[in-house]
Amino acid sequence: MTYKGKFRVWRGDAEGGDLQDYEVEVNEGEVVLDVIHRLQATQTPDLAVRWNCKAGKCGSCSAEINGKPKLMCMCRMNTFAEDEVVTVTPMRTFPVLRDLVTDVSFNYTKAREVPAFTPPADLKPGEYRMQQVDVERSQEFRKCIECFLCQDTCHVIRDHEENKESFSGPRFLMRIAELDMHPLDAADRQKAAQEEHGLGFCNITKCCTEVCPEHIKITDNALIPMKERVADRKYDPIVWLGNKIRRRA
Amino acid sequence: MTELERHQYDVVVIGAGGAGLRAAIEAREQGKRTAIVCKSLFGKAHTVMAEGGCAAAMGNANSNDNWQVHYRDTMRGGKFLNNWRMAELHAQEAPDRVWELETYGALFDRTPDGRISQRNFGGHSYPRLAHVGDRTGLELIRTLQQKIVSLQQEDFQATGDYEANLKVYAECTITELLKDGDAISGAFGYWRESGRFILFDAPAVILATGGVGKSFKVTSNSWEYTGDGHALAMRAGATLINMEFIQFHPTGMVWPPSVKGILVTESVRGDGGVLRNSEGKRFMFDYVPDVFRAQYADTEEEADRWYKDADNNRRPPELLPRDEVARAINSEVKAGRGTPHGGVFLDVSTRLPAEEIKRRLPSMHHQFKELADVDITAEPMEVGPTCHYVMGGVEVDPDTASSVVPGLFAAGEVAGGMHGSNRLGGNSLSDLLVFGRRAGMGAAMYLDSLGANRPKISEADVDAAAAEALAPFELEGGENPYTIHQELQQSMNDLVGIIRKAEEMEQALSRLAEFRGRIAKMTVEGHRQFNPGWHLALDLRNMLTVSECVAKAALEREESRGGHTRDDFPGMDAEWRKLLLVCRLNADGSVDVTKKDQIPMRDDLLELFELDELKKYLTEEELPA
Repeated sequence: MTYKGKFRVWRGDAEGGDLQDYEVEVNEGEVVLDVIHRLQATQTPDLAVRWNCKAGKCGSCSAEINGKPKLMCMCRMNTFAEDEVVTVTPMRTFPVLRDLVTDVSFNYTKAREVPAFTPPADLKPGEYRMQQVDVERSQEFRKCIECFLCQDTCHVIRDHEENKESFSGPRFLMRIAELDMHPLDAADRQKAAQEEHGLGFCNITKCCTEVCPEHIKITDNALIPMKERVADRKYDPIVWLGNKIRRRA
Repeated sequence: MTELERHQYDVVVIGAGGAGLRAAIEAREQGKRTAIVCKSLFGKAHTVMAEGGCAAAMGNANSNDNWQVHYRDTMRGGKFLNNWRMAELHAQEAPDRVWELETYGALFDRTPDGRISQRNFGGHSYPRLAHVGDRTGLELIRTLQQKIVSLQQEDFQATGDYEANLKVYAECTITELLKDGDAISGAFGYWRESGRFILFDAPAVILATGGVGKSFKVTSNSWEYTGDGHALAMRAGATLINMEFIQFHPTGMVWPPSVKGILVTESVRGDGGVLRNSEGKRFMFDYVPDVFRAQYADTEEEADRWYKDADNNRRPPELLPRDEVARAINSEVKAGRGTPHGGVFLDVSTRLPAEEIKRRLPSMHHQFKELADVDITAEPMEVGPTCHYVMGGVEVDPDTASSVVPGLFAAGEVAGGMHGSNRLGGNSLSDLLVFGRRAGMGAAMYLDSLGANRPKISEADVDAAAAEALAPFELEGGENPYTIHQELQQSMNDLVGIIRKAEEMEQALSRLAEFRGRIAKMTVEGHRQFNPGWHLALDLRNMLTVSECVAKAALEREESRGGHTRDDFPGMDAEWRKLLLVCRLNADGSVDVTKKDQIPMRDDLLELFELDELKKYLTEEELPA
């Protein structure tokens, strides 16, 4: 079952770099991250790679494998033919630091721009009562392991650096939806989703959903419902009339 | 003088898992300027791996539960070696800490009446674990992470700077603590990305670095678990206790080899899963020890009834504390009744409908499907023991989390005492919250007591720390750190593992001495920018120190208790229960182990137990009159 796998790994830093070819041992049951680790241990001790749990739970080892955004720890080697060249490159949407490690600070900046959960004023700790069916919608989004693969694949920012300023990306639009659907969150989030976080940029191509290792239905369950909420508000005739009257007064 | 960036803080928290984040929240809320320094990205810490839940006697699922019951369960689980004051504080405060998380935005699974749902777990008398499916750790860390962000947003409103009072230094490793006389004056480290040095001038440091599992070959722990906090504390003059107690979680994956050791949550058993050997027998009934016989079922029928009617039946033996189950699995495999890949079968497929399994154990379903091609709704899993948790850690004051070094605090897995010789599942997440908060408070109180006498950084110490960190680049032609690491893991696994013998541990100690020599001469290739070989070289020093503590203390303790099983001393000995083994660092870097008496349990806490039960653990003189 052990064979010599052909790997092509991007090596370099912010200044530039290129793909380098390696032949490395592959054993039964292994994933791409195992092989990258074997490269480190036997041929390239300074190959930079981010990883933690190796079980698909922490979302650290995101990269592009044969061009597809994936977690290296969940990508099994038996999905490739033995003579197939496996190409591993860093996530394209974020600036490279070194080798497979990118600067993902964009995501932490965007996270900070989403106002936090606003607790209800009238409830003390221990008094929260919510039904399972009501928390499940937001719970789906809280399965997110922040691997940022959805951010990486999203065409709004993948090749459009200029959109990064005004677009928070699927991860954080989903975070807004999560808070908006939280049964006890006291803040209003719909206007900001559209005007500050760029919900309108999303044209629901579902690329984010396709790459999500947690299989969260980002587009169907978070982004589209959020768009509907925003549209309902914006085009609601009674709200429109109310705004008109208030503006006149 | 070493070239580096310098920052001044009141409190530096090392580690951004549950304990570190909760400590940082507390310190910031107490008005202290706080830095969080972590080796990984913010939100990736090992806490995300916790699956089953967070134990807190809220009594939502069974109103008979209260802190006294939780306290008793915790002491039993730790075989009475626990620091009773920590176990008391933990049991009393855990519910408030969980409810507080809801105000930060956490969304736990609910009971039919809308409260937080609680699940069964090994060693807990009632359903007690607040949970979110089997991804509770992720919920905990994300909630705390988002609370940190919310505090930063408050600071932004007030000052225009998100990081005015609370800043995260991610992918940054602390290599040395600095002192002024006896007291902590700061911390020295490097940015993993650039390799550049960074200095924190801070009178209070909270260690929240987690555990030591990466010293063992088969482990559920991530690369970060290299015992940094344990080793930093020792080098700063602090003491460690209970280092001989390592928890081998009974159920880690055993196949394929690349995922060997990855955790399979105890919730599988809590929700009805059973363990069987290759003959199809539910073998745990043969392994109920005398001390637990009264609380566990002796027939399959009674055990199965318990899931529906816990008040009138005894618990299934699959839910014994983890040390018991791990040893039982080990014995079955050794006796030739293991699975093809050297584990035992854990089966939930015949116990619950497929849909129910997917709902309750989604990440287990996902993990086995993706990594092992096993559908747990249709076939059993193969599982075996994996190094999971170190009960030992920095000796702390229970109320303030302060170590013996002024200004040095520790919380979470890096702190010792709370769990005694064996931790109950679910008690880790609650430990993080309870003692994380207490460490934040303790640090704040310490700062207030300092007044204007702020300890000063010595430039000579900074230069020495920098030279030490760069040492692996100085030599050429030495060994690769990866090789030494693999051998260290193999030695600890084979010689100081789940079942221990004196001669094997002596052998381990002589190997460790040999590694010490090799580590001093190893070589790192490349440059300082994001160089994993260099990072490992620095972490190896810590793993070596910690491994020496484990091996020495384990050799010293001549009895079997919890996470320390001696083949040559199989019994539990009440005289040993009174004793803690304290590890200190000698001037030459070797480890010194001394005995210390436990403080006797307070009378009102002793009274929570029946005399007959106390007799199983305590000496004649310790028993209440």
